[in-house]
Amino acid sequence: MTSGSKTTTRRREPAEFGGTGGKRHRPPLVVWVPALFISVALLLPPVYLAVRSLDGGFGEFAETVLDADTLLVLARSLLLALTVTLATICIAVPIAWLTVRTDLPFSRAWAVLAALPLVIPSYVGGFVLISALGPRGMLQGSLERFGVERLPEIYGFPGAALALTLFTYPYVLLTTRSSLKNLDPSLEEASRILGVGAWKTFFHVTLPNLRPGIVAGGLLVTLYTLSDFGVVSLLQYGTFSREIYIQYRSAFDRTPAAILGLMLVCLTIAILLVEGRSRGRAAYHRSSAGAARRHVTVRLGGWRWVAAGFCFGVVSLALLLPVGVLVFWLVRGLLGGESLNPLWTAALNSAYVSGLAALVAAACAIPVAVLAVRFRGRMSSAVEKLAYLGYALPGIALALALVFFGANYAPWAYQTTGLLVFAYVIHFLPQALGATRAGLLQVRPSVEEAARGLGKGPLGVLASVTAPLASPGIMAGAALVFLTTMKELPATLLLSPTGFETLATRVWSATGEAFFARAAAPALLLIVISAIPMYLLTIRDGTADEKKERGSE
Amino acid sequence: MLLASCGQSSTESGGAGSSGDSGSTGSSGTEESTGAAASGGGSATGDDTLVIYSGRSAELVGPIIDTYIEESGVDVQVRYGDTAELAATLLEEGQNSPADIYFAQDAGALGAVSEEDLLTELPDSILSPVDERLVSEEGEWVGISGRARVVAYNTENLTEEDLPESILDFTDPEWDGRIGWAPTNGSFQAFVTALREIEGEDVAREWLEGVQANNPTVYEDNTTTLEAVAAGEVDVGFVNHYYLFRALEEQGEDFGARNYYPTGGDPGALVNVAGAGILNSSDNQEEAQAFLEYMVSEEAQQYFADETYEYPVIEGIETNEELVPLEEIDTPDIDLSNLDDLEGTLELLQGTNVL
Repeated sequence: MTSGSKTTTRRREPAEFGGTGGKRHRPPLVVWVPALFISVALLLPPVYLAVRSLDGGFGEFAETVLDADTLLVLARSLLLALTVTLATICIAVPIAWLTVRTDLPFSRAWAVLAALPLVIPSYVGGFVLISALGPRGMLQGSLERFGVERLPEIYGFPGAALALTLFTYPYVLLTTRSSLKNLDPSLEEASRILGVGAWKTFFHVTLPNLRPGIVAGGLLVTLYTLSDFGVVSLLQYGTFSREIYIQYRSAFDRTPAAILGLMLVCLTIAILLVEGRSRGRAAYHRSSAGAARRHVTVRLGGWRWVAAGFCFGVVSLALLLPVGVLVFWLVRGLLGGESLNPLWTAALNSAYVSGLAALVAAACAIPVAVLAVRFRGRMSSAVEKLAYLGYALPGIALALALVFFGANYAPWAYQTTGLLVFAYVIHFLPQALGATRAGLLQVRPSVEEAARGLGKGPLGVLASVTAPLASPGIMAGAALVFLTTMKELPATLLLSPTGFETLATRVWSATGEAFFARAAAPALLLIVISAIPMYLLTIRDGTADEKKERGSE
Repeated sequence: MLLASCGQSSTESGGAGSSGDSGSTGSSGTEESTGAAASGGGSATGDDTLVIYSGRSAELVGPIIDTYIEESGVDVQVRYGDTAELAATLLEEGQNSPADIYFAQDAGALGAVSEEDLLTELPDSILSPVDERLVSEEGEWVGISGRARVVAYNTENLTEEDLPESILDFTDPEWDGRIGWAPTNGSFQAFVTALREIEGEDVAREWLEGVQANNPTVYEDNTTTLEAVAAGEVDVGFVNHYYLFRALEEQGEDFGARNYYPTGGDPGALVNVAGAGILNSSDNQEEAQAFLEYMVSEEAQQYFADETYEYPVIEGIETNEELVPLEEIDTPDIDLSNLDDLEGTLELLQGTNVL
C-alpha cells in the first residue's frame, strides 16, 4: 500500500516548484540560496574545532585520539546515548499511543503533562534528582522512619541515564504523537478486517508507520545526550561533553578540548549516516485525498487504570518531583527571610531572545526542509546533516568557536543579541528542521504543482501553499526551539551582550553559590514561561483534531 | 541590522537590572554610554564604560559593584560567567577583548591569563594596601577577598575531636567511603597545586592515591559536596569555608555540617584569593585602576567580610563573629603566584585517575 504511493510521488517530485525541460531537478533560487548561506554558517564551529585541533601538531592530535582514556570516553558516551534513546522510546511510544488511540482516563491532560518535562533544564533536573533521590536525599528522609538508612547510589551511569531519560523522552513523545495522528486509519482497519489481531496490527502495521516519527525524536534524544553537560557533570559520568568541559575549565588549554569536540562531530556524522539509512526513501503523505477520519478508539477495559498509573508514574518523576522540590526550596527560603530580587528583566530578556531564535530557526528550517524533502540529492542531504552537527556539540565548544570568530572577524557583531541568536539558531536548528520536515512530508506535492500550474512563482508557492499547509510542523519546531533556548546556558553566558541576564543565568548564578531559594524562583518562572508554548502546542493540536473529526462526521 | 539595534536596547535593560537592588539608580547614566558601546561593536572604545569579566557571581559581587557605580558615577558593565570559561574567552579574544578588568574566583585562572601576557602591571596604589602574600609576584593581579579551604564535617556523626590534624591523614583506611570531594572544581585544583608546591610532587601523588583508595564520592562543586555532607551522604568534604554560612543563612542553624580547619600550617587550610587584574588591551586603564583601588578600600573590604563571609585582604577590617579569624587559622606559607601550574595539577589528577 505504502509502496504504491511511494512510486507515484517520486515520479512527480521534481516538478512541484516547477522547473521546465532539462532543469527539472534543480531547486529554485529561493530554496537553495538561503540553504547555502545556512550551511556556511553551520560550518563555522566544526571548522574552528578542526583548526584548533591541529594547534599542537599532528602528533598531539593522534596521541589524544588514540589514548585509552579517550576511547573509554567514547564507549561511555555511546552507551549512555544508546540507553537513553531506547529508554525514551519505551516510555514515549506507549504514552503516545495511549493518549491518541485509547480511552485512557483524562487522556488530554496526560498528553499535556507528559510533554511538559521538556521545559525543565537538565542542570536543574539533575540537581533536583540528586537532592530528592540521592543516598541521603529527601526520599530517604521520608523513608527513615521505616528504617531506610541509605538509598542506592544515584551517581554515575544509572543516575545520568535516568535523569536524561526523564527530561528528554518528550522529544519522542511529540514526534510519535503527531505521526500517530496523521496515520491513515484505513491501513489499520484493513489489517483488522483481514482478521489480524490488535497486537499484531500494532506491531506490523502501526509501528512501522510510526518509524519516521520515532526515529526523528530518537535522533534528537541521542544527540542531546551527547551534548548535554549539566546532567553528566552533576551525576559524575564521564562523557565527551563532560571531558571537554573539564579540559576547558582546568587547563585553559583549548587544543585537547577541541580534539575531543572534533571526535564528537565525527561520531555525530556516523550516527547520522546510520539514521539516514534506516530512514530510507519512504513517503508518508496520503496517496489519496480522503481519510481525515476518526481512528477507532481502543477500549482498554480494566487496563485503563494500569495505563493511567503508568502515565502518573512518569509524570510524577519527570515533572511533579522537580517542580515540587523547587517550590520547597522557594518556600523554605522565603520563610527563612530570604528576599527575592525582581525577575522582570531576566524574564523579558529570556522570552525575547528565545522568541527571536524560534522565529529565525523556523525561517531557516523551511528552505532546508524543502530541499531535503522535495529535492533529494547529495547536496540536500549534506545540508540537512550539517544542521545536526551544531546540535550535538556541547554549548561551550560552539560558544568559544563563535567568540573566536566574532572577536576576530566580526567585531561589529561580537557580544550583540544578533550573534547570540545566531548561536542559538546554529545550535537548535535540527529541532525546527525535524518538525518542519515531518510537516512537509504530509503535504502532497500535487497541491504545489497545481498552484504552480495556476501561475504562481516558486516563492509564491512556498509562501502561500507549502508553508501554510506545513504550518503545524513549522510551529511545533519553533516552539521546541523557543523552550530549548530558554534553558540554554553556556552560549548565553559567553556570547550575550555584557550585562544581559536571562532566567537561566540567574538560576546558574544562584545555584553555584548555594542560594537555593534564589535559584528556585527564576527556575520556576522559566518553567512556567516555557510551558506556555508547550501547552498551546499540545492543546491546539488536540482541538484541531477534534474539529477535523467533527467536520468529517 | 534589525538584530543589532535590538541588541542595544536589551543591553541597557539587562545591565541596569543586573542585581535588582540598585538597578534603577544606575540606569540613567547607563543609557547613552551603553548604546555607544554596543554600536561600537563591544570592542574597547575610548568611552568611559568600564567592562568587567566577572568569574564571581552577581549574587556575591553585584551589590558592591552597584555601590561603586552609585558613588563614582562611572558606568560599569559586568559580564558574569564561570571563572575558567571567561579565562578561555579572554584567551580567544586576545587583543580584541572588550574587557577592561578580569575578576576571577581563584589565583590559578589569573595566573593562566597573565601567563599569556594579557594583564598589565598594577600601580602601588592598588598593591600596597594588600597583604603581600595575596598579590601576584609580578604585580599583575591583586587579591580582593580571601577564601579558606576547610574540611566540612557532618555534625551528627562527628565532632571536631574525631577529625585528624592534617588533611594528609585522610588517606587512613578509617575514612573509607566517608569522603566527598570535587576534583573538577577550580578551588580544589588550586589546593592540589598548593599541595604539590608545599609538600612536593610525590606527597601530592601519594595523597591523591591514598584518598582515591578510600573510595571518595565525587561531587560537582563545593555546593553539592557541602549539601551531601550535611545530608550524611558522606561524613567529610573538602570545600571552601564560606559555603557553610550561605547554607546556615538559608537553611537555619540545624543545617547538618560545620567547618573544620586542619592545623599546623596545613595545605588543607590554604587561604586562596579571589582577585582581579587589568587587561593590557584596555583603553580605560585609569578607570580600571580606580575600580580596583575601590575594591581594596575599607568600604569594599568591609562588604566582603559582612556579606560574603570572606576574608578581607587589608588590615583593620572587622570580620563577622561567626568567621574564624584569619590569625587563628594556621595557613601554609606559600606564594599564591605559584598556583598557576594548573597544567601540572591536571596531569597529576589524570595520572592518578582522580579525573
